[in-house]
Amino acid sequence: MSEAEVNGAPAEPAPAPRQRLRLDGAGVLPVILGTIAIAVIFQSLNDRFLSTGNLVNLLVQASVFMLIGMGQVFVLLLGEIDLSLGFVAGIAGVVVTELVQPAVRWPWWAAILAALAVTAAIGFFQGTLVTRLRLPSFVVTLAGLLGWQGVMIILLGAGGTIPIPDRTINAIANGTLAPRAGWLLTALVVALFALFTFRADGRRRRSGLAAPPLAFSWLKVGAAAAAGVALMLVTNADRGVGAFQLRGMPYVIPLVFGVLVLWSFVLGRTRFGRYVYAIGGNAEAARRAGIALARVRTLAFTLAALTAGIGGIVYASRLRSMSTSFDGGTIVLYVVASAVIGGTSLFGGRGHPLHAVLGGVVIAAIVNGMALLGLSAAIQLIATAVVLLTSILVDVVVRRRGAPAGA
Amino acid sequence: MTSQAARTGGSVGAEPLLRLVDVRKEFGAVRALRGVNLSVPSGQVTALVGDNGAGKSVTVKVIAGTYQPDHGTMLWEGREVRPRNPREAAQLGIEVVYQDLALCDNLDVVQNMFLGREVLRGGLLAEDEMERTAMATLADLRVTTVQSVRLPVAALSGGQRQSVAVAKAVMWNSKLVILDEPTAALGVAQTRQVLALVTRLAEQGLAVLMISHNLVDVFEVADRIAVMRLGEVVAEGPKAELDVQQVVELMTTGRRGAA
Repeated sequence: MSEAEVNGAPAEPAPAPRQRLRLDGAGVLPVILGTIAIAVIFQSLNDRFLSTGNLVNLLVQASVFMLIGMGQVFVLLLGEIDLSLGFVAGIAGVVVTELVQPAVRWPWWAAILAALAVTAAIGFFQGTLVTRLRLPSFVVTLAGLLGWQGVMIILLGAGGTIPIPDRTINAIANGTLAPRAGWLLTALVVALFALFTFRADGRRRRSGLAAPPLAFSWLKVGAAAAAGVALMLVTNADRGVGAFQLRGMPYVIPLVFGVLVLWSFVLGRTRFGRYVYAIGGNAEAARRAGIALARVRTLAFTLAALTAGIGGIVYASRLRSMSTSFDGGTIVLYVVASAVIGGTSLFGGRGHPLHAVLGGVVIAAIVNGMALLGLSAAIQLIATAVVLLTSILVDVVVRRRGAPAGA
Repeated sequence: MTSQAARTGGSVGAEPLLRLVDVRKEFGAVRALRGVNLSVPSGQVTALVGDNGAGKSVTVKVIAGTYQPDHGTMLWEGREVRPRNPREAAQLGIEVVYQDLALCDNLDVVQNMFLGREVLRGGLLAEDEMERTAMATLADLRVTTVQSVRLPVAALSGGQRQSVAVAKAVMWNSKLVILDEPTAALGVAQTRQVLALVTRLAEQGLAVLMISHNLVDVFEVADRIAVMRLGEVVAEGPKAELDVQQVVELMTTGRRGAA
């Protein structure tokens, strides 16, 4: 046999970084183009759409989708779906609301911890049904969608709406950082990002591994800094009405960012995260590699519900109350659409919490824009359906393009 | 990771690395293995050939611990062993590369090679360390066609995927690598790559047991050939003692034709 054919050239430094860059870029591109298109359309129909006041409002609205969506990403990565996350979030909102009522008087932090514990328990329960009894996640969580709405209505009682008297809880979505504190926090985050980027890339370069060129590291840091400055300019502009001044970054933005960093870290740097991707990619291969599938899957469902719980608390905080009009069914569809528009696959194995954050902006922009135009509920439902279908179409097209080349 | 030099090349004395003696396996009324005798020495490629249903896959699954034999003994380095599951077989140093390769398309080469055996530092994945080890293993095997070990496996060709699956199997102090139809789905050039890799495994002192239908491939890389028919090994020996015609006759009739 011809050795030359096989062993031809010695291993040369591969053009890896460029290829990866292209793959990453292709994933995020539809979101960016979609956001621009949506912004242009709504701005041309109503020039209040891109006002700083509306943009901040939009981000706070989006934070609910982003948080529940980051939970959904865990489940989607496995190739499963959790339709109950909307009402699981609702349960968290109700638990917090009930526990800070004058008759109960739990401190705000205890109420939040209790709500998150409840949602985590729900996720563990549903995850156990899916993994140990091998029930389809679609059906288990559809039952959850119905059942938890029922529980929510019972907990809210006859009145239907319960206001939240606790100032700290209400401040989560309505309070803002002082403008200077916002700048300081943003600068700190960008500096930390730069430090980690240069350190990681530098270590790879020194140890002779394929590393992105230095210019690319600078590009990433530059983009992060630009995004930070843009965010600060928008949130620190006065968006008050008349003589009433309102400026500063809402607390939910660092909250969403913190959850994003935490879950990115868990999925990217821990063994659990690696196994979530492996199971979504090829569950049989993961099983043969000795991975405890049931344990990883159950934990993913638990973390998904826990994260949705954070979203539910933010939702309650934004409205300063919880009511039976909470529509967890629509929210969960928005959330799936958010994750998929952002680039997470419905077929498992491909996805990232960042996708839910980016897609959350798109979905919130559509919801917000339609409300701004005063469109009827019927039109809004149809528009939502179109968005959901489009996002899945994009997913399938991307998936087909990324199919194995030579197989 | 594994120092290739530490492996003892060749067999100790006359005893092969693995020897099956009169191994039988029944599934209800079906007698899948009727007394298999097979030797797999280190440093050589042993080809296991046979028609569909001859018992090749069952034999492999007995060696890999997936099935327990009903009768007979399995000698590993001269000692009797009975792996009860694939994990125990892996602890002995037996790795199987199945036809479906068991790779995760969405993970990259390094992540696949370390799947289930990730290296951790401070509780976190030690990516750079794993990447260096993976690259060293691929370099040892002179797999140079994989451009980047950070490409997802989905982006690789069939031959490259096979190479990655083999590299994954040999990285763990394995002594016997079993390849199930490694060239079945490959084109001409990629078959060459994989056969070169198979030869190299044996050169590095590993025992290789290759299941194949393709007698051209078998005669190209095998040092020894074992022919199975109806649950028995009907002939076993150095390649030089057999030719294609005889092997075909053994596979179909169980007898060596007059030649």
